[in-house]
Amino acid sequence: MTPSQTVGPFFAMRLPWPDGPFVVADGTPGAITIVGRMYDGAGNVIPDGLVETWQAGPDGRFAHPDDPRGATPGGYYAFRGFGRCPTAPDGSYRIVTLKPGPLPTPDGAIEAPHLDVSVFARGLLDRVVTRLYFPDEQTANAVDPVLCSISEPARRATLIAVPEPEGELRFDIWLQGERETVFFDV
Amino acid sequence: MTAEVSTTAFTGTGELVLPSYERPSGLHPPLDFAGYRSTVLRHPKRPLVLLPHRLTEVTGPLLGADLITATDSDLTMQHAGEPQGQRIILAGRVLDSDGRPVPDTLIEIWQTNAAGRYRHSREHHPAPLDPNFSGIGRAITDAAGRYRFITIEPGAYPWGNHHNAWRPAHIHFSLFGRAFTQRLVTQMYFPGDPLLPLDPIFNSVPDEKARQRMIADFSMDLTQPEWALGYTWDIVLRGRGAAVFE
Repeated sequence: MTPSQTVGPFFAMRLPWPDGPFVVADGTPGAITIVGRMYDGAGNVIPDGLVETWQAGPDGRFAHPDDPRGATPGGYYAFRGFGRCPTAPDGSYRIVTLKPGPLPTPDGAIEAPHLDVSVFARGLLDRVVTRLYFPDEQTANAVDPVLCSISEPARRATLIAVPEPEGELRFDIWLQGERETVFFDV
Repeated sequence: MTAEVSTTAFTGTGELVLPSYERPSGLHPPLDFAGYRSTVLRHPKRPLVLLPHRLTEVTGPLLGADLITATDSDLTMQHAGEPQGQRIILAGRVLDSDGRPVPDTLIEIWQTNAAGRYRHSREHHPAPLDPNFSGIGRAITDAAGRYRFITIEPGAYPWGNHHNAWRPAHIHFSLFGRAFTQRLVTQMYFPGDPLLPLDPIFNSVPDEKARQRMIADFSMDLTQPEWALGYTWDIVLRGRGAAVFE
């Protein structure tokens, strides 16, 4: 297998593309906006990071051959599900998307709606992976098998987005420190 | 599009059988690697939490040909004139660790010009920009997992990691594979580079054989007379195990 190397400081030459942060176009009915900042262990913002998101459609399905249920006919088959946003000089990023549906698991459990999030930056020799969960899904979050695998409530809380007064969802990413985000071995 | 969410979306099938992907251990660099100074404040200190491979992890973005234009894989044809430097043909295959080709997958690359200069606003290396070279490319693998770029051999460049630190010449690669688990960002190096033993980023990969897999091979077969040197480099992503119930 080929090992990982850091994305370095100059990925913005290639990786961002104009509609990268727009999983759906601004103004799409039901669209949600995720905002956040990326921080290092000293509390400094990270201005050269990259956030990528991957998720199901609102119907809880993936337009992908390895989702054995397949895309819903006439449903969200055109939903790209993938977002990519570099961080700005103030460490901020923004993704516009649709809220995904819940997902079945092979052993009969149900995963609460979530986005898988990859984080890349200079100084990260491999991507780190986290998940974004939704604050209005308390019932589903309470039985989500991944959230339930994290025993400390304060750690679990790092994975749940926070509603902003303007209706956006805030998901800050702390690579290190007191508020360090939960990262996964994927 | 309405936000209607229904649990009836689950009821179409009986059992849910998903592929499972290998979990490489000891392959990737440790996130905490003192030799690379920027890791100090950017590596998580808490242990990673195991994430089982379920629907979100075994699927992934299948970004396609709509992103690719004709000159994306020929970095020498993106401007009015030809760039300075040694023209190279770089070709190879994207495979999984079971040896199966990964077809139709997007590859994104970026690199310095022949003088070791990136075209980027935060680049301060006092080497000349080349008006005929952007240093960015894209390709999609074919049905056999093959890709091919034409570009210029990148240069080495200094960086502030330690006194007299120089990065060996390299090309950055970004790959998606077919699943979220297979996402890979890496760097490809050139054979015989005397800077390789001195580079903390290259040497952050703990296993010697794995480090060697980041180095392309010079290929006389791919070299074209009177025109360009050839290099081959295969990229190997995680393999899929047999379908299992988790």
